[in-house]
Amino acid sequence: MTRKQRRLTLIGCALVVLAIAAGLVLNALRDSIVFFSTPSMVAEKHLGPGKRFRLGGLVEQGSLKRGDNLAVTFTVGDGGAMLPVAYKGILPDLFREGQGVVAEGALDADGVFRADTVLAKHDETYMPKDVADALKKQGHWKDDYGAKPNSMPSASAAPTQGAMR
Amino acid sequence: MIAESGHYALVLALALALIQSIVPIVGARWRDAALMNVARSTALAQLLFVAASFAALVTLHVTSDFSVANVFENSHSLKPLLYKITGVWGNHEGSMLLWVSILALFGGLVAAFGNNLPLSLRAHVLAVQAWVASAFYLFILITSNPFLRIANPPIEGRDLNPVLQDIGLAVHPPMLYLGYVGFSISFSFAVAALLEGRIDAAWARWVRPWTLMAWIFLTLGIAMGSYWAYYELGWGGWWFWDPVENASLMPWLAGTALLHSALVMEKRNALKVWTVLLSILTFSLSLLGTFLVRSGVLTSVHAFATDPTRGVFILLILFVFIGGSLSLYAWRAPALKQGGLFAPISREGALVLNNLLLTTACATVFIGTLYPLALEVLTGEKISVGAPFFNFTFAPLFVPLLLAVPFGPLLAWKRGDLLGAAQRLMVAGIVALVAIAVVFAWTYGGATLAPLAIGLAAFVIMGALCDLAERIALFRIPLSLSLRRARGLPRATWGTVFAHAGLGVALIGIVCETTWNSEYIGSMKPDDVAKVAGYELRLDGLNPRQGPNFREMVAQFTVTRDGEKVSVMTPSKRNFTTRGASTTEAALLTRGASQLYISLGDTSADGAIAVRIYHKPLVLMIWWGPVLMAFGGMLSLSDRRLRVGAPKPAKAAARALQAAE
Repeated sequence: MTRKQRRLTLIGCALVVLAIAAGLVLNALRDSIVFFSTPSMVAEKHLGPGKRFRLGGLVEQGSLKRGDNLAVTFTVGDGGAMLPVAYKGILPDLFREGQGVVAEGALDADGVFRADTVLAKHDETYMPKDVADALKKQGHWKDDYGAKPNSMPSASAAPTQGAMR
Repeated sequence: MIAESGHYALVLALALALIQSIVPIVGARWRDAALMNVARSTALAQLLFVAASFAALVTLHVTSDFSVANVFENSHSLKPLLYKITGVWGNHEGSMLLWVSILALFGGLVAAFGNNLPLSLRAHVLAVQAWVASAFYLFILITSNPFLRIANPPIEGRDLNPVLQDIGLAVHPPMLYLGYVGFSISFSFAVAALLEGRIDAAWARWVRPWTLMAWIFLTLGIAMGSYWAYYELGWGGWWFWDPVENASLMPWLAGTALLHSALVMEKRNALKVWTVLLSILTFSLSLLGTFLVRSGVLTSVHAFATDPTRGVFILLILFVFIGGSLSLYAWRAPALKQGGLFAPISREGALVLNNLLLTTACATVFIGTLYPLALEVLTGEKISVGAPFFNFTFAPLFVPLLLAVPFGPLLAWKRGDLLGAAQRLMVAGIVALVAIAVVFAWTYGGATLAPLAIGLAAFVIMGALCDLAERIALFRIPLSLSLRRARGLPRATWGTVFAHAGLGVALIGIVCETTWNSEYIGSMKPDDVAKVAGYELRLDGLNPRQGPNFREMVAQFTVTRDGEKVSVMTPSKRNFTTRGASTTEAALLTRGASQLYISLGDTSADGAIAVRIYHKPLVLMIWWGPVLMAFGGMLSLSDRRLRVGAPKPAKAAARALQAAE
């Protein structure tokens, strides 16, 4: 083989691999990404049952009910709308009523959000970044959501992450 | 006083770095040896001052000086000594100081051990190193100074994030940084080569040990981080495709490619331009990782604080260095001479394929990590790209790579014999098929892909052993002769065998853990029994306990199997009073390579506690694999042929080595 042929073989192989990778990426981006919604956005977009998404908002005060065998139900609201959530399993360490939460799952036929994952991915202010941004955009943000337990001027929050699946 | 000294030492280190950035380059232009030698002394002095600064911060943390904001925010007088020390880098400012300290350490090592480098190359390398260092000193001094005082010192600190109060913090960040920052050396060498417009096989021989060292640390750092997440976060996952994890995986993939392409360059003087590009890309990905983790664009346990000025500053550093080095590359790379020829089927060809697949896999991770960020910036829409994306893109690219791994070392340089290599891999192929059949029969009706993946892993491991058997002519000559040959094999060859086999070992662990993991989730009262994978776990009782800076509820489980007592496991739930945060301390019971894993949930009013029990078959192999890889890397690093300046082995020995190969 001449130098040119060898180079062409090399470039050909590279193009084939890149094309395959591009195909895989595009395919995966179509099927396996998950959108983030708040309860109001769910109502606006008319999300149907079975479509996976991430639900973010505040756990309504007094809505947490524990059933048999670790089944829990609670309501997530964002000031505009509310959505009942059902989950089975252990809730993360940082899960509290009145605080922010992000859950992943899909709506069932009765309009209940069946979560298979509850993420407690936030800092000491109990407010996930996604939720805070969404609430701010919808004008439901209250400053005391962000108030820190210990209000030193220079105190920085150290976020903790934990997730329960 | 200590805080001010530490601050001052850091300023002096910046001054030294600035001198080191300029003077040696001028010296190289004027061909003035004295000016070029300035690089060496400034690099060593810089290391000294950064070390002093770092030591000052450690002292402040150990003595609990709460008049320093950094100590106040991240320490507590009752915290155990180990966590007082590790807490130094358990926060943003401290971890950036660790970053530059390691950068200075590598600069100092090049200065100290680079005596046989050409004078101008060393001057250029150290100058480039100092550019990076200056940028990060400025970053620390302007936006993240760890030595700031508080006007009215409080009596007690706010304590370290409880999740970080673990031995993992002592090992994971330093290891990871040694890896990340270690790639700065190959970056500096690449930029120096471009500045000088000259590059040869000797260059690759200097770069390869440094890259290998960084790669070993990064491999161990990632594995350590993964194990830490596994036992600390309490739900038994070991890899989440979290952007922060991806940030460390990308430099690893690029660095692995770099190791292999540097090999081609050293042995065959080919792929020069590509190797230089990879060196630049690898460190760029390390910088990107630093940006992702430190800027707070991602909210996770790793982003200690969110401060926009820091993000903008790191982004600026990112643009200057990545943009600058890539522009330099575009400008100067065509001047570098093209290297040797090789046929597509050859060792070089195999290594090119390796590079192609690794960099493509790296690109898919890159897209999956940055696409959500880009989409949010451009359209404001929030999405998350999770495990399914990476399973569909990353995994299919790794399958052909793993299939090709055993072939590489069996092909000859320049022109290889694919059929011959396939024949020599016959045994590995047969073992793989048998493994598939056995696993398939054993788990009949279960997952179909898992037996195939196990077969692939068996092929990779046996392939590595076949390569070894081939080199020592096992069973073809008397065993004693084979053993003598094995002793005579270069350590680099042994290194390859271990590293490649490690890949297969890790794959077995990954497949077994994800496919045949069994779990029990439920609420238990004392004397309740849970059955998982043949084990019976009885909850004996719950006891409260007081720790140094936390209170915990300890559950005691007695584990029995077939009526025989195996062990006692004590998971707990800790409550850290200062921060009002709680953590779950999982209990692990190791049986061979498998583990039982218990973590606790909430206690309900009637005295029952939520419990999650996993049996994870062969899970430990996930981490044994990387350890094997790192061990292979260390063997290879200790090979005398890699040691720059080591005397050439005597002629006779060289001939014996060639015969062995």
